Amino acid sequence: MATEFTPLASLIGGGMIGLSATLLMLGVGRIAGATGIMSGILFPTSGGEFRWRLVLVVGMIAAAPLLALIFNIRPNVLPPFGLPQIILGGLIVGLGVSLSSGCTSGHGICGLARLSVRSLVAVVSFMATGFVTVFIIRHVLGV
Amino acid sequence: MSLIYIALVGLLFGSGILISGMADPNKVLNFFDLFGTWDPSLMFVMGGGLVVNLIGYQLMFRQRSKPLMADTFPKSLPTKIDARLVGGSALFGIGWGIAGFCPGAAIPALGTGALPPLVFVIAVGLGMLVFRLTLQPRNQKQAPASA
Repeated sequence: MATEFTPLASLIGGGMIGLSATLLMLGVGRIAGATGIMSGILFPTSGGEFRWRLVLVVGMIAAAPLLALIFNIRPNVLPPFGLPQIILGGLIVGLGVSLSSGCTSGHGICGLARLSVRSLVAVVSFMATGFVTVFIIRHVLGV
Repeated sequence: MSLIYIALVGLLFGSGILISGMADPNKVLNFFDLFGTWDPSLMFVMGGGLVVNLIGYQLMFRQRSKPLMADTFPKSLPTKIDARLVGGSALFGIGWGIAGFCPGAAIPALGTGALPPLVFVIAVGLGMLVFRLTLQPRNQKQAPASA
């Protein structure tokens, strides 16, 4: 199913993501990577490191109800397929980002901004398999 | 550390994700579908995010020796490029292409109350647990510092 091309909203939203990563580093010297944030909450090593991550996640989750109430912005977050596909993808994502120590936010937005070659390798790798996976699912398997 | 500041940063991050379209699996999968219903929007999300943070980080690291509310910036950058990095990232891309969510997009999507993002986050957590029980080296039982 086609989706509307939204360059302006995507650019503004992307800029907000980038700004939040800058502000997290400027304020508390931490990297805004969802992998580290999630695993640091699920498998905490110290109270302080657990706390800032949990508070950040609470802020992230609060965004949707606030955007809906104040600006009546209610973006779609529903996939065009069922939960088994979500579960399969999620399990693979969890394993993959643990191995590579980062995902789109950590390697993509933060690592590249630190001019990390390691993160560049990660980004090229996950973008490449993203394109290939969707090609196979949609055009080879025809799902 | 100022927890209110961190909560507001989380709010900004989550709002950016939702406004950008990054939390919509339809848009994500269409971005990856070059030979079908291609939607280039996500290029603008990642481009915009990277440019802003690149400028922010580079100015900050040149002008400041420490953050406003903490003692140090992260120490040296990890540089190791190995099979774990490449293979793990490759796996992540496969999972992202199957589910249409990445972790940073699914967490803000939890706030809508919809079931799929919650199921995705739980599955990612299970994947992380499987990693800890099987593949993680014993001396690295901690959250990744790099991301």
